[in-house]
Amino acid sequence: MSKAKVSRRALVGKVAQGTTLAVTGGSIWSYLLSQQARAAPRAVRPPGARQDDDFNAHCIKCGQCVQACPYDTLRLAAVGEAIPIGTPYFIPRQIPCYMCPDIPCRKACPTGALDSVLEDINEARMGLAVIDVEHCLSWQGLRCEICHRECPVQDQAITVELLPRRVSKHAMFVPMVHSAHCTGCGICENACPTEEAAIRVVPPGLVQGKLGAHYRLQQRPDTLRDQKSPDSQTPMRSNTVETSALEYLNEGESR
Amino acid sequence: MTHGSRQPETGAGGGPVRKFVMPNTLAGKLWVWRYIILRRVSQIALLLLFFGTAHWGWKVADRPLLAGNLSSSELLGVIPMADPFAVLQILVTQSILEPRVLIGALLILAVYAIVGGRSFCAWVCPVNMVTDLAGWLRTRLGISGAFYLSRNTRYTVLALALAVSVIAGVAAFEWISPVGVMHRELIYGIGLGWAAVLGVFLLDLFILKHGWCGHLCPLGAFYALVGARTAQLRIHFDEATCTHCGECARICPEPQVLNLKQAAQVGMVASGECTNCGRCTPMCPEHSLSFDWRVAITKHKRHSHAGTSKRRAA
Repeated sequence: MSKAKVSRRALVGKVAQGTTLAVTGGSIWSYLLSQQARAAPRAVRPPGARQDDDFNAHCIKCGQCVQACPYDTLRLAAVGEAIPIGTPYFIPRQIPCYMCPDIPCRKACPTGALDSVLEDINEARMGLAVIDVEHCLSWQGLRCEICHRECPVQDQAITVELLPRRVSKHAMFVPMVHSAHCTGCGICENACPTEEAAIRVVPPGLVQGKLGAHYRLQQRPDTLRDQKSPDSQTPMRSNTVETSALEYLNEGESR
Repeated sequence: MTHGSRQPETGAGGGPVRKFVMPNTLAGKLWVWRYIILRRVSQIALLLLFFGTAHWGWKVADRPLLAGNLSSSELLGVIPMADPFAVLQILVTQSILEPRVLIGALLILAVYAIVGGRSFCAWVCPVNMVTDLAGWLRTRLGISGAFYLSRNTRYTVLALALAVSVIAGVAAFEWISPVGVMHRELIYGIGLGWAAVLGVFLLDLFILKHGWCGHLCPLGAFYALVGARTAQLRIHFDEATCTHCGECARICPEPQVLNLKQAAQVGMVASGECTNCGRCTPMCPEHSLSFDWRVAITKHKRHSHAGTSKRRAA
């Protein structure tokens, strides 16, 4: 009987040791994973990718999307990259997504990390293009607009707007991105002629604000641009600027 | 031979105990190494199939030959396959998966339930090549163990992997697995993953003999549970010819599975921890160990048992 008592005490000790080791190990393990997962917001994901946490949980890191991509756009994050290990992403400046209408990468995904609800590639939201107006050529007054011309959702995702300038008669034609249509394919970023791209695709959550449901916007002319219906093709422009600039272009300096 | 001067020991059957002698001829050596050669061919061929499909566009009948990797793949664009342990980890994060990956996992589970789960370890897993090298080098250099660790630690790691998956909300082992890292980076481009593989190599070489595969790997632990009862491909043990020379246990990476008393009862190495690597079979000087089918072994065993009991009765 005494032997059983000793072994019971030893057993309790063993259980305590084991539990401590397991809990410590498990805590460190969980912490490392959460650190890894936090790197996610920087990644530009393939079309149809679920939201960060959901994507991280679903992706089995098999790379079938990578192999299905006909343009070698996608890659799997290796150890040491600032993107969760083994998950697919792409760098638009190197190779953008060319928006295949049949979405082969999404179809190749066996787990649904790339969600099968995505049927139309134009509905993909891989990221959102943002323009650095300090370095955009168009915003310096040059006629670049390459991003607008290359954009596969032209005149919806990127429009060219006419912008008056205070000190000069010369108006500017500047590209504007509309989040309602931008798929985040990155063709604009890839095509941007500046040394470092002045238009870049980033995960929307990093840059996009939210107005709040309690705001009721008045239909003032200068807010119409933000309120226009998604399928309106022509951007709303301020009439006075447009007419005066057109008059200037038509009639020249002599006027 | 070094022990040539020693008196020959007597075995269980009363006969002299013979030791394993490596043949002098190349053909003889290759025959001894047959399973290790076959295993390397199997491991490298699988890697090559994945790599060739990914990089050289290998196709059969205009379908990608073997797309994906060991986590999840598709054979000829039709047959899905998936790592059942990875899928289990994803499922415990309460993620709803597409049927394709679930079918793939069940398919692989069924295959390993037949051939023995840990056949994966010896015949498929790329890390096995690294740990085998470390083990071989360790014996060559005569490095002794740094500390003792129970081989059951892996089951704790397995339980922990599932618990952490629930807590962290991601497949816990898949995010740190040296197996996944090595395999993935060999196919999709090399990053810092070699450091993890080097870590496993050094652990096995200097710290703990068979440290990774034999003590820690939760994937190995998972596969030890797959087909532990149902595995058809097993090592048959012939008690009558065994002299208990111990050659098999010396070469075995999981020597605890060679519990010969138990093996004598059931006629085979029954433990799910046996990796079916076949290393023991050529080493046995009496040919007491050989690959066989569970059905054949149990049938044979029943017959011989019936024979002995009849004899006893008479």
